[in-house]
Amino acid sequence: MIIVFAVFLLTLLVLTAVAVVRTENLFVAVMLMAIFSLLMATNFFILDAADVALTEAAVGAGVTTVIFLGALALTAEQEKPIVSGRWLPLAVVSVTVLVIIYASFDQPRLGDPGAPAHQHVAPWYLEKTAEFIDIPNIVTAVLASYRGYDTLGEVFVVFAACIGVLFLLSVPPVKPQKSKSSDNSSGLRHHLIPQVVGRLLVPFIFLFGLYVQFHGEYGPGGGFQAGAIIATGIILYALLEGEAAALNAIPKSVLMAMVCGGAMLYGMVGVAGMILGGNFLDYSVLHSDPVIGQQMGIILIEAGVGITVCGALLSIFHAFAERD
Amino acid sequence: MNITPHLPALQVVVPILSAPIVLLLRPKGMAWAMTTVTSLMAFCIAIAIVSGVQQGQVFNYLMGSWSAPYGIELSIDSFSAIILLVVTGASALVLIGARRSIDAQIESHRQPFFYAAWLLVLSGLAGIVVTGDAFNIFVFMEISSLASYVLIAGGPDRRALPAVFKYLIMGTIGATFYLIGIGLIYIMTGTLNLADMEVRIHEVADQSPVLLAAGFITIGLALKAAVFPLHLWLPNAYTYAPHVVTAFLAACATKVALYVLIRFDFFVFQQNLSGHDLQFSYFMIPLALLAALVASSMALFERNLKCLLAYSSVAQIGYIVLGASLVTVAGLTASIVHIFNHALAKGALFLAVACLAIRLSSTQLTDIAGVARRMPWTMAAFVLAGLSLIGVPGTAGFISKWYLITAVLAKGAWGIALVFIIVISSLLAVVYIWKVIEQAYFREPQQANGAVREAPLELLAVTWVAVLANIYFGFYPAIPVSLSSAAAELLLGQMPQ
Repeated sequence: MIIVFAVFLLTLLVLTAVAVVRTENLFVAVMLMAIFSLLMATNFFILDAADVALTEAAVGAGVTTVIFLGALALTAEQEKPIVSGRWLPLAVVSVTVLVIIYASFDQPRLGDPGAPAHQHVAPWYLEKTAEFIDIPNIVTAVLASYRGYDTLGEVFVVFAACIGVLFLLSVPPVKPQKSKSSDNSSGLRHHLIPQVVGRLLVPFIFLFGLYVQFHGEYGPGGGFQAGAIIATGIILYALLEGEAAALNAIPKSVLMAMVCGGAMLYGMVGVAGMILGGNFLDYSVLHSDPVIGQQMGIILIEAGVGITVCGALLSIFHAFAERD
Repeated sequence: MNITPHLPALQVVVPILSAPIVLLLRPKGMAWAMTTVTSLMAFCIAIAIVSGVQQGQVFNYLMGSWSAPYGIELSIDSFSAIILLVVTGASALVLIGARRSIDAQIESHRQPFFYAAWLLVLSGLAGIVVTGDAFNIFVFMEISSLASYVLIAGGPDRRALPAVFKYLIMGTIGATFYLIGIGLIYIMTGTLNLADMEVRIHEVADQSPVLLAAGFITIGLALKAAVFPLHLWLPNAYTYAPHVVTAFLAACATKVALYVLIRFDFFVFQQNLSGHDLQFSYFMIPLALLAALVASSMALFERNLKCLLAYSSVAQIGYIVLGASLVTVAGLTASIVHIFNHALAKGALFLAVACLAIRLSSTQLTDIAGVARRMPWTMAAFVLAGLSLIGVPGTAGFISKWYLITAVLAKGAWGIALVFIIVISSLLAVVYIWKVIEQAYFREPQQANGAVREAPLELLAVTWVAVLANIYFGFYPAIPVSLSSAAAELLLGQMPQ
């Protein structure tokens, strides 16, 4: 049954992707991209990757769509007609797809317990996590501790993306600004239904975000997801009440401090490990009991991740929003 | 706390954790000062690592104290050490002289972002080089790529934006291909640690996912390294980037992608995939030769100085690939020495261009007419670095050409044809460097250039440091050559002969 559902979803995914490429209206493309992300999130969920599904739903379908719409407001709604042919890209994509399909014949069956991916490092993680870290969610253990250095890298990817957008958009606009800022700043204040529903939703989004943040050791979730969810809550607030109100609540300087502070918090936990006699990102030395040290380290770095992701997404959102 | 065992981690941690601090430094000049100091520290760490490696010390570092392959392992050998030297050296040297050039090109309120991005590029590249984990390479590739798009797009020239967009798309495709390759290998072996992968891939080496992974990884990294014909993103990105950014990136960004390409291929694939050495040679040698010939010819017709040098870089990448694709110790040594020497030569050339650009506000060939009279030191530096690029005896460039030709000749009759092509390509280099020299020395200066002075002292000084390094390593090539030959022995060490 689950296979049928998965095939159905994947078919929809391909159809959506083709539709995104074919449509010439960029607004339609953005909406289809949101649908694509939602389908992708469902797929991840079927594959038991609930953590990734959460991120994809919050970032892909949520924040990215808003940022795309913000970018769309700065440019035209219609795609420019394509001058050069699409045959070369089409050929490259087809060849790539064909070879990937060809390679899939020799791959172990999906979910095969005897597959190498389940036989080498995974059993060790399953077996040792209880002893070393003692948290139920092993995905969090892998992300935050065993491969915490990769996660530190990913936080800096978010950081790099954020400073990239702020850097590029800090050039003053070429054209003089249109004087439509009056109806922009008020958000959706005059639309009653979104206003009522949105106001009801915002506190629950925050609550859910905090739950995902602090429940990461026990269930799916963690800093990336929580940061994105809280950012969607604040962006929703900005859409309802106007961007100025959101900036009033959390000024840009605070956002900047969040982006830098979260990344620094993560890094400093690593450095603390070094100073206390372990290696970089060794949380065991943070406490006299190594297991509690690991748990402390994970909570701290997840907080760092959440703060940076939330700050970065909001900074990017404001950078786009203030230009139109 | 004894700092020596932590050196591999500090090589990345010091610059990466300085980036958020730099971003918050608002006072004028502070961001530059901190970036430069951090970069110098990174360079000192690299020197410490190199001297350790030369004394036979092995640097392995377990991140979070988790043993490999469960955690992430950093491992540094002589190959990584020489690349670290190039990356951190280029960054430190360029930064010392860069301040006025950056002030001229980037508004002061945007500079903290710029310097933070610079540190991210540095730590990303260093992170790729020190790690022994395939997925970790991808993570740091993302950091360095994203940040280098930011640096390139930073200049006042709006044409940088389409150029960087092209680079972004191409670079993302390259990184995605690499990731697909890693994913396929993970499916078949269940490991991401390179040393572990080397062992475990042996049993499944004949299966299609592994073969495909080899293809995806090679093509993806070739795209990142601008191996001909996947170089299309490079000329415009280098041309329209801020001048000092070009000097930094031209010296090391593509080299790090080549480093991963060579390392992955020789450690994981060459010794496990049957017939891979021949396939690698037959696939890469023609591309390398075409790169040397076609890109050099393109450089002949360029009217923009930076674009000319960018095409020359594509040709030089061809030499590096040529050396590696011979799959011999001599060839690999030549290739790695050339990574080092080309970074020196091209870094010096682009620094000289930055000197010119800060006074002339243009990099068009026609605008540098007669400039040698006004800026004699800059042009003298350009000439000497150009000689190194061509490969004239007494310069670093000669050493690598010499090693390359020796390695190629060892291949017998084929080799003579290859040498012929190398010589033609070098002659083309003579022509395009001469084109610049002719403009600068033998043309009447333009009226508008009447008030042009010599470049700012600190920029000129670092240019000359780079030029003198070219000459020094031309006469005393012991350090790069010993590191390179040790690296080549290591790469080919476990090959079934």
